Amino acid sequence: MEVSGALLANAVIAGLLLGGFYAAMSVGISISFGMLDVVNIAHPGFIILGSYIAYIVNDRFGLDPIVVSVAVSPLFFLLGAVLYRVYYYCFERRGQESLRGLAFFFGILFITEVALVLIFGVDYRMVSSRYGDVTWRLGPVDFPMRLVVPFLVSMVMVIGIQLFLTHTFFGRAVLAVAQDQLALRLMGVNPVRVKELAFAISIASAGVAGSFLIVIQPVQPAIGREFIGLVFAVCVLGGMGSIWGTLLGAFVLGLAESFTSTFFGPSWAPAVSFGLLLATLAFRPAGLLGR
Amino acid sequence: MLGNSVLTNTRRVLGALFIGLALTGTALAQQPLKIGFGMSLTGPLAGNGKAALIAMEIWRDDVNAKGGILGRKVEFVYYDDQTSPATVPSIYTKLLDVDRVDLVVSGYGTNVIAPAMPIMMQRNLTFMTLFGLNVNSKFNYDRYFQIMPAGPNPAVGWSQGFFDAAMGMSPKPKTIALVGADAEYPAMALEGAREHAKKTGLKIVYDKTYPPNTVDYSPIVRAIQATNPEVVFVASYPPDSAGMVRAANEVGLKTRMFGGGLVGPQFAALKTQLGPLLNGVVNYEFYAPDLGGKFPFLEQFLAKYQARAVVEKVDPLGFYLPPYAYAMMQVLDQAITATKGLDQAKLAEYMHKNTFDTYVGKVGFAKNGEWAAPRVMMTQYHGIVGNDVEQFKKPGRLTVLSPKEYKTGDLKAPYHENKK
Repeated sequence: MEVSGALLANAVIAGLLLGGFYAAMSVGISISFGMLDVVNIAHPGFIILGSYIAYIVNDRFGLDPIVVSVAVSPLFFLLGAVLYRVYYYCFERRGQESLRGLAFFFGILFITEVALVLIFGVDYRMVSSRYGDVTWRLGPVDFPMRLVVPFLVSMVMVIGIQLFLTHTFFGRAVLAVAQDQLALRLMGVNPVRVKELAFAISIASAGVAGSFLIVIQPVQPAIGREFIGLVFAVCVLGGMGSIWGTLLGAFVLGLAESFTSTFFGPSWAPAVSFGLLLATLAFRPAGLLGR
Repeated sequence: MLGNSVLTNTRRVLGALFIGLALTGTALAQQPLKIGFGMSLTGPLAGNGKAALIAMEIWRDDVNAKGGILGRKVEFVYYDDQTSPATVPSIYTKLLDVDRVDLVVSGYGTNVIAPAMPIMMQRNLTFMTLFGLNVNSKFNYDRYFQIMPAGPNPAVGWSQGFFDAAMGMSPKPKTIALVGADAEYPAMALEGAREHAKKTGLKIVYDKTYPPNTVDYSPIVRAIQATNPEVVFVASYPPDSAGMVRAANEVGLKTRMFGGGLVGPQFAALKTQLGPLLNGVVNYEFYAPDLGGKFPFLEQFLAKYQARAVVEKVDPLGFYLPPYAYAMMQVLDQAITATKGLDQAKLAEYMHKNTFDTYVGKVGFAKNGEWAAPRVMMTQYHGIVGNDVEQFKKPGRLTVLSPKEYKTGDLKAPYHENKK
């Protein structure tokens, strides 16, 4: 195959756009797993729940799915807060968060999936949007709006979360609870309350990421399981607890996938992506930007 | 005296035995005829699996309304295989050893039929299967039967119509790109496409597969475009069919013919969701309203199916799998009735030697259990406007290119200039 400048440029753009989507999917895990040590394996389930909420409102009222997801993100925030409270009282407080907590989140994942099957059925769902079938072309380079719009909103969300964590009191409390819960308690801050807030943010981000997913591809209730490995891989590659690391890790995986698909064959893409993950961890066990 | 009492007792015992046997026979005749299977009720192919189940339930209700088969009411025992091959062996073991079903049929799709084959072969069971592509080519099991009309050489028959249409273009194309998912069905479909390419002298300029959970297909389509193929054959499952069609539109794929083996556009979910993006795509179908009265009984079945499908939130059109799921059960019904029992060897022999009248027409099987003659329709979508499902219930949204007996028009090429 002839490697043209156009093909190369398109591979870079496609990789970055894909990476932006992966970042949105993974930023919640970076908070819950990376900072709070909560192995929320149900995170993709909340992404799919977000997809279906975006779908139902889009289908009934014609509203843009991404706008819908941002509007309902406070509900996901509340859901996350409640879920964390249940997790804390049932498992974390008793020191049983590792295996039993994991089983709890597996259960949440399957309950979410089955509930969606019962309510919506098993057919694939997609949304319609004004930009879904629009592609901007800048010379030989394509910018499909189906990926560009989620990318832009994803950047706003991820950067917004990073700024919240570093520039607000509660945000810094979240970073502190990730470092030393006892020290935080000694300073008069309730770490449980802080973790509840952080977990709620992670679930809210999942809800928004769900709208990106259903704009990009058809969704059915079980599709969340396909992203479990990816979201944790991005979090680990980027560095646990680092939002910038998550963003960088997402871009690395997106570009790896795009380049491999374009120049070497798409069936190699997972091997290359996870090979990069292993190689990074071999030389930098804390991840790209982890400490 | 002693002799008389012995004789009386013997008569009593014999009488009781006779009555017992008669009652047992009656009891057996009243016992339901249990048919067991796994079916995809969750997972990526659940949309089709549930639609197939509805069709099979309609058949069951129709048969039971007429008194059942051999006087026995039909009952289903089924489990969700989650579209996962790993679940299939244990499901069928349970059906046979615990549930003790009288007969088994397959679930939907190549991926879940293949793992059931060793169990069927081990137990010498007649195995009627639903839409598996070329499964028996490796097993060569003489009690395997397939309701999908791909013909005696399914991998080749599957894409015969596509390549006939391609080579019918003037000038004849010289290059082809082959792409498909890393899964059983696409692998078989691509195998057949490679054979066709070899026979027709087409040079394969791209031949790759992708992981089924790929999110963005545009790098794949761009890589294909970079090789400038005149024909692009795709073998894909529903989410990747949607991804490939969307990517082809976004990238502005320029080729003379695009499509072939996309699973997904046959049913309402993708037809409506992709809408006008499907225009110009050449793809297989098994039924279209454009065929008019060629399948007279099918329309009454579709009316029943569509009424239930809306309630159960599955494919509201039912053009793809449901008619064949119903036909599969009709074949079994006729075979059991004709052989007057469930002897697996007799069933298999009967099914090999006879043709069956079904809602999808006459069905006859070749030696390997596939259809004696292929009947995969190759069609080209056109005139799709918007995303409304009602337009697909009427004729006029696709042209049937092959087989000859169903042809309604000619291919419009190139693909990129006929997307209206």
